[in-house]
Amino acid sequence: MNETVTTSAWARFLETFFRPDLIEQYSGAIAKGVIVTCQVAGLVVVTGIAVGLALAMIRAYRIKPVNFLIIVYVDVLRSLPPLVLIVLTYFGLPALGSTLSGFVVLWLVLSMVLAAFAEEIFWAGILSVRKGQWDAARSTGFSFTQALAWVVVPQAIRLTVAPLTNRTIAITKNTALGMVIGVPEILNEASTAQSFSGSATPLMMGAIAYILLFIPIVVAGRWIETRFAWRRS
Amino acid sequence: MSESRADTDANPILEARGLGKSFGATKVLHEINFRVFPRELVFIVGPSGSGKSTMLRCFNRLEEPSCGAVFVDGVNLMGKGVNINQMRQRIGMVFQQFNLYPHLSAEGNITLALRKVQGKSKSAARAAAQRCLELVGLADRANARPNELSGGQQQRVAIARALALEPKVMLFDEPTSALDPELVGSVLQVMRNLRDEGMTMVVVSHEIRFAREAADRVVFVCDGAILEEGTPEEIFSTPKHPRTREFVAEIAR
Repeated sequence: MNETVTTSAWARFLETFFRPDLIEQYSGAIAKGVIVTCQVAGLVVVTGIAVGLALAMIRAYRIKPVNFLIIVYVDVLRSLPPLVLIVLTYFGLPALGSTLSGFVVLWLVLSMVLAAFAEEIFWAGILSVRKGQWDAARSTGFSFTQALAWVVVPQAIRLTVAPLTNRTIAITKNTALGMVIGVPEILNEASTAQSFSGSATPLMMGAIAYILLFIPIVVAGRWIETRFAWRRS
Repeated sequence: MSESRADTDANPILEARGLGKSFGATKVLHEINFRVFPRELVFIVGPSGSGKSTMLRCFNRLEEPSCGAVFVDGVNLMGKGVNINQMRQRIGMVFQQFNLYPHLSAEGNITLALRKVQGKSKSAARAAAQRCLELVGLADRANARPNELSGGQQQRVAIARALALEPKVMLFDEPTSALDPELVGSVLQVMRNLRDEGMTMVVVSHEIRFAREAADRVVFVCDGAILEEGTPEEIFSTPKHPRTREFVAEIAR
């Protein structure tokens, strides 16, 4: 008796989440979603981290009005839910005469959000480099900018790999929000397939696709962390 | 005590005129006048907090002087239009905490400024680094990271880093204060060699025995002013100023 219940529950589970025919039918669509997600994610990581690093470096010059603007930007973007920004930009901009595609809006908004977080992380890294490092660099003839670029930032980056990797993954996963503005990324494809098939199998496929996509990034982050690990002398 | 080889007839390599420094209302350096001649080794001694390090850091404007002028090789560092980054290459500086770049090898520490500031080619910079590491007895540790080196070795790499820019004068800010006693000797030996090769040096340090042996002149600084100067013998054996006497008695204990 117990055994039949177990068996049928297991069968129901498989029937719900792993229907072989649906897996076959929708793997193409999910694969397309994976490609779009990868494209957005890649662009967001590159743009977000580059802008974040640039902002942190600009902040190092301690020009008061400039730093005020950076802090306002960072705090606003860190406090707004990314979904709000995405919807606001996508549905609000056309009224101003701009027609950005969902793909571009998703890329820009997530990059801006990642840049805000990355700026804070890089800035903390720059501050944690000891003053003696600046002294040594300046005493050998480096200008402020050169000391920042060649001595301080390389150390700041190594100090920030762990928090930066975490934050990058967290923001990049938000590519799933592209669904609400019609970007054909993984969740969108999976959700569409779910509506047509009435089965949760495509959603499970989407979930697995996310895992396959992000596990390597998590592992890579760990690897970079150990590789850059060095004791401060 | 060795014979002074200082070339006191020549123009000074380093000269401070009316050099002062204040932090807010606190004057840490009263308008001092100070000269260092070619090949001279000048020791700066004094109680802690007397302004020795501030004085040294004003000599290359790592600390911005509040008033006065610093001439290095005849150029006023405080002058308008002076390229301080260019001038600093003529003033080597060695720090108490070594301040090696922890993410770079010994060689990388030395070549960085050669490459990025002086624009030397990779091979020229590496050759210079190798020469300087040989001078400090660490030719075989070129690829070691700072955390793989002892404190004494780190300080010698830091000296090599400063030497590589071929400075006219070297400033040492308590170079052995952060070292375990058994590692001090190797650093002092490097400084002794530098002196013998004719390097002009200004040393802030508590290594009185080394001062007696190697210094051409000792300057006693107290409360941000130069109270007395003379040969090591004069300062350490027959000090004139009561504060100098007090200080010498204190360190002799």
